[in-house]
Amino acid sequence: MNALLMIAWRSGWNRRATLALVAFSIGLSTFLLLGFERVRADLRESFSQSVSGTDLIVGARTGGVQLMLYSVFHVGGATNNIRMDSVRAIEQNKSVGWVVPLSLGDSHLGFPVLATTPGFFEHFQYGYRQHLALASGRLFDGSLDELYDTVVGAEVADALGYKLGQKITLSHGAGGPGGIEHADKPFTVVGILQRTGTPVDRTVHISLEAMEAIHLDWAGGAPMPGVAIPAAMARKFDLAPKQVTAALVGLKSRAAVFGVQRFVADYPQEALMAVLPGVALDQLWDVVGAGEKALLALSALVAVVSFAGLVAVILAGLNERRRELAVLRAIGAGPRQVLMLLLAEGSLVALLGVGIGAILVAASTVGLGPWIQSQYGIVLSAAPPSDEEWKRVGEIVLAGIVASLIPAWRAYRLSLVDGLSPRV
Amino acid sequence: MIQVRDARYRWPGAASDCLLIDSLALAEGASMFLHGPSGSGKSTLLGLLAGVLVPQAGDVTLLGTRLQGLSAVRRDAFRADHVGYIFQQFNLLPYLSVEDNVLMACRFSKLRHQRAVAAGGTALACARELLEGVGLDAGLWRRKASELSVGQQQRVAAARALIGAPEVVIADEPTSALDAAMRDGFMRLLRRECARAGSALVFVSHDERLAESFDRVVSLPSVNRAAVRPAREEAVA
Repeated sequence: MNALLMIAWRSGWNRRATLALVAFSIGLSTFLLLGFERVRADLRESFSQSVSGTDLIVGARTGGVQLMLYSVFHVGGATNNIRMDSVRAIEQNKSVGWVVPLSLGDSHLGFPVLATTPGFFEHFQYGYRQHLALASGRLFDGSLDELYDTVVGAEVADALGYKLGQKITLSHGAGGPGGIEHADKPFTVVGILQRTGTPVDRTVHISLEAMEAIHLDWAGGAPMPGVAIPAAMARKFDLAPKQVTAALVGLKSRAAVFGVQRFVADYPQEALMAVLPGVALDQLWDVVGAGEKALLALSALVAVVSFAGLVAVILAGLNERRRELAVLRAIGAGPRQVLMLLLAEGSLVALLGVGIGAILVAASTVGLGPWIQSQYGIVLSAAPPSDEEWKRVGEIVLAGIVASLIPAWRAYRLSLVDGLSPRV
Repeated sequence: MIQVRDARYRWPGAASDCLLIDSLALAEGASMFLHGPSGSGKSTLLGLLAGVLVPQAGDVTLLGTRLQGLSAVRRDAFRADHVGYIFQQFNLLPYLSVEDNVLMACRFSKLRHQRAVAAGGTALACARELLEGVGLDAGLWRRKASELSVGQQQRVAAARALIGAPEVVIADEPTSALDAAMRDGFMRLLRRECARAGSALVFVSHDERLAESFDRVVSLPSVNRAAVRPAREEAVA
């Protein structure tokens, strides 16, 4: 057996140029399959770590997934706002522990702006029930004195190089070219949050009153012509919000979750809905699952193509190696050993390819991880392979062995027919 | 030691027999020169003697063992243990060193490995002794086999066939690719090394001038009762 492995290795090394190409193509498809698995798992991990300790998310009636996406991940938009009265009514429910209203829509240099109450910093949790914490500075207390104070996420501070005291202006809507700035009412960065690996890192937090203030002289999504209320003057207006986008709800006891959900759904004054974050995420995975399957099928197809390459290369070389097989037969190798030899050769190439792919995945998670995190907010773990990834590796190696059986079988037949006199 | 009795072989799909031998025998350590034109069944006979082919009828016995009584796997193992084989050409695995090519015979046979160790201390030492015996420069031993000339390759093949002193050495026109001077040298060293290892030698050639000094000279057409026809074409068909 050792002799066969040795011969397989030396014989393969002799044809290393071609075999290396095949190994590299297997490596690339391994990279695709493993990388896909890694991104998929980490994406789910990232998403499910983004919110915890929140029992319900309340918003205008829409899809549960959509509500979850815009309220927690700031992706997409709300179909409708909800009235502050409704939020207060929910707060009155005897099972409800706390309610944190959220108001979204504006942005700062591409980062979403979240208007909320100081309670957000107290109640919002992520990961395994971790609270938000300040890296530096302080929070805003919602008072008029601190009206134009803002607390930014770690990524915002890092990407834009913000320090405490930095003056910033917000853009109406998503910003970008042609967007309108709330330039008349600049904000001051008073706090920078610690990194969480969640969308909070990419968010600029202001108070609900501030959100009202910057839109005082606005109507219908545009500044009112001829009306300009200076920043300081705004404090004299009633800044209590009338509407918000959504609200996070924490219960006194989780057991009440379906009762409160029904209470929200049946709320007579407004069409509302409440979703459980976990359930909404499951629905999201259902939606994403179809796309994942298609991508996985494509990657698998690429793997099949590279294994077809392996089979073709070894098969093509086989005819020129009939003398080699006859020599092995003369020394005493049986057709079965010839079969094992070719099987070993193909499997070694496949194994090498999988190794290359695994190294590529590891190198790119380490190398590209920080960039992906800053661009997409997905934390790629540079962890050792998960069970799922080991399973995937096993499947690829197995596929390589099965593919190698084809040239191995051909060599078996050849050595049986040729014996000691190859017909070349 | 080698005994062929009433052996009949027909290639699969062929219309008639390729080989029909009533009796052919060779004593231990003796040498036999087999000659005949192409198509007289030389390759077929060698295939039978090496246990790669099995006669449809009759017996091929080596060292008292009926080859067709063994399973295919056991026949391969038997060949590894007891038969050294030299081809006309392309005897070596081109990607292995000269030494590794010689040692390859020991890798497939524990028996021959043990004998080589007994003879040389280590299998490698034994291989080097043999390479020296066949007159191959020590500077070439670590070279890849593909870098050697045809004549040098045949010497390496002889060393490989002889390592571990197999009871039978079969040489299938080993000199046909060599020029006259090299041919005579090769013949001498092959005979000498076979004698030293105590191996019987079955030497096939169509060149009858090489027949002198063999214990037995056999004309294959005279012992093969099957009609002389090109076996090769039939086998392919």
